Amino acid sequence: MDDLLAARSQMAMSLAFHIIFAAVGIAMPVLMCIAEWRWLRTREEVYLTLAKSWAKGTAILFAVGAVSGTVLSFELGLLFPRFMAHAGALIGMPFSLEGFAFFTEAIFLGIYLYGWNRIPPRSHLLAGVMVAISGALSGIFVVIANAWMNTPTGFRLVDGKIVDIDPIAAMMNPSALPQTVHMTLAAYAATGFAVAGIHAFMLLRRPHNRFHQLALSIALVVGGVTVILQPLSGDLLAKAVARNQPVKLAALEGQFETESGAPLRIGGIPDVENGTTRYAIEVPYALSILAFGDPNATVRGLNEFPKDLHPPVVIVHVAFQIMVGCGILMAAITIWAAWRFWRFRKNPARSWLNSKWFLRFLVVAAPLGFLAIETGWIVTEVGRQPWIIHGVMRTSEAVTSMPGLVVPFITFTVLYIFLAIITAWLLFRQVVASPGNIETRSRDIGVNRGA
Amino acid sequence: MELETIIAGAIVVSLIFYALLGGADYGGGVWDLFAFGKRAKKQRELITSAIGPVWEANHVWLILVIVVLFTAFPPAFSAISIALHIPLTLLLIGIVLRGTAFTFRTYDVQRDNVQRRWGLVFSIASIITPILLGVVLGAIASGTIRIEEGIVTIGFLNSWLAPFPIAVGFFALALFAFLAAVYLTLETGEYELQEDFRIRALIAAIVVGIMALTVFALAGSGAPRVRAGISNTPWALLLHILTGIFAVGAFYSLWTRKYRLARIAAAGQVTLILLGWAFAQYPYLVEPDISITSAAAPRITLQLLLTALIAGALLLFPSYYYLFRIFKSETVPK
Repeated sequence: MDDLLAARSQMAMSLAFHIIFAAVGIAMPVLMCIAEWRWLRTREEVYLTLAKSWAKGTAILFAVGAVSGTVLSFELGLLFPRFMAHAGALIGMPFSLEGFAFFTEAIFLGIYLYGWNRIPPRSHLLAGVMVAISGALSGIFVVIANAWMNTPTGFRLVDGKIVDIDPIAAMMNPSALPQTVHMTLAAYAATGFAVAGIHAFMLLRRPHNRFHQLALSIALVVGGVTVILQPLSGDLLAKAVARNQPVKLAALEGQFETESGAPLRIGGIPDVENGTTRYAIEVPYALSILAFGDPNATVRGLNEFPKDLHPPVVIVHVAFQIMVGCGILMAAITIWAAWRFWRFRKNPARSWLNSKWFLRFLVVAAPLGFLAIETGWIVTEVGRQPWIIHGVMRTSEAVTSMPGLVVPFITFTVLYIFLAIITAWLLFRQVVASPGNIETRSRDIGVNRGA
Repeated sequence: MELETIIAGAIVVSLIFYALLGGADYGGGVWDLFAFGKRAKKQRELITSAIGPVWEANHVWLILVIVVLFTAFPPAFSAISIALHIPLTLLLIGIVLRGTAFTFRTYDVQRDNVQRRWGLVFSIASIITPILLGVVLGAIASGTIRIEEGIVTIGFLNSWLAPFPIAVGFFALALFAFLAAVYLTLETGEYELQEDFRIRALIAAIVVGIMALTVFALAGSGAPRVRAGISNTPWALLLHILTGIFAVGAFYSLWTRKYRLARIAAAGQVTLILLGWAFAQYPYLVEPDISITSAAAPRITLQLLLTALIAGALLLFPSYYYLFRIFKSETVPK
């Protein structure tokens, strides 16, 4: 493994790991706040129990997210110092703002997690709201920096040097809005479905458990609403990519020839040697419509660009198909859930959650959102190659001169696998261990378990 | 004052806050390892409850240092990242293990052997991380990092694997352990626990003194220009006297069990030590090739960054105050 590949692998692995915890850190506070707000409104203890047990899980995940995020901020320099030397002054702004957002998040999370008995309930909920807002802002600022790498603005390029910089214009780059909306919605959708899946799993083991029913409902509302909105932001983003990164669009669609009235390819495997995408279902004109809003619009193919500017086409295309597929499945389940809820809304004998098959589908769908996030980032990052700053600087020009980068890559991989196993084990322990307690507690406080 | 100097000052201030707050969290880990006697369990519990609600917020000071450094002085960040790749990577591993082990310990099975295993990871990482942090700062001050056109010209080991940076590493560890012990006397109302940490603080104060002299002696060959800065300049004598007063004051107030006074004196002592280093290294970010002026980002970046820093501080300090008022104001010493 050469040093460039090792550096890229380490960055990819670090990002793939961190994004899970970052997404959870954005979305879980919203779920906890909803539960706590319901508690304040209804004074039903089960909501408080729910907020508290979600808070425990969040504490573990947030800690892993905080330290793995620190690793990333150092790795920008450790792996790609020349990128930072050139771009730091331009994209340092969103990172600095993120620093303060993260500060706020960490402070109020400390208050939220440890302050249950120390401050009044309303202040406590307010602390949770602060965590939710600052968490979303942290994510948004970092994604703005990434968006700049895709569509760099706010400078002039003179003899390969970045001059006349304007950090505000850099933050307002054309990918910033669609990318931040897409990622923020993704965080809520993925976390909502993951949490709903976990509680669906517990409901299969313990039907009629009110704690898990309420938990599932809150999580699915957050996940479902955002997953239904997601195609809009996805469309916005795809149009931005079509305008600004034609090579990336061609790669993710498997479009080799320049074509007007281009079809949308669903599935399929790009054959790079022969310049064609095989086994795909083609929807006529659909790509031209989706990308440019005109059935006869011309979509530029990969062959129009020199080979050394192509990203790894197969990876990007397949990752994109998986991401979209996950989104469609989640949307379908959301519609199913809404239909069930509507159908059984006036039937006290049957709850909308009273279907083993529905719960089983939720369990299977639990990881789909995170799979979509991971593959989505593969599309964004691998699809931008060979550039680290699109059209300005190649990744190979940015990498450090430090030799032997395979060593830190392997070290961090082993470390992160270890952390992933421990985190999964601790969460599993909590999920499985808590319901017994919860039921006892619900009985103690007289909550109707049969609800 | 020049804009870039103000921002370099903001980095130093953030580093001082990191040392005073985040540093003490690491120091807590040190005392977790050295908890012994019949109150060992109580000592550990006290440390855990003191760190729990605040360590993540305290940790962000370091992230602030990094982002402000790479925004305002990109070439300095780049050079440091290349030359000190190895200690920085080790530092990161320490940061990851400290934070996660602490959290895992809180939420894992409350059986003694499980708790001790995580406690061991937490405390050892709490010792290694400050040492590496000191090593990195020592290497930056040493004047041995030479960079030409983005190429490190002296190898990836020589600049930090040397007596001076390593001594600075242990100095940092001693300071953090000292701060933690002093703060912990105020975290409990229990006389015996207070005594435990009072004695630890006194011992740590002596070690701090020894390490300060060692670092000063090694700086003669290890970081000659910084050493000259803290020896021969007009402000140096004043700074030494002040630091001395605070050090003696901390020791005396610990001795006489005036813990609030000891906390102020200890924090003042650490602040002055860091300020002394910063003044001595001025105007260089990385001795001797990268200065504040030569590495500064364009003016517009610095202006925006300063605005963000001021706005951020206005948001940050009240929140921070609220956090500490909730968790740090109840325990009144007897």
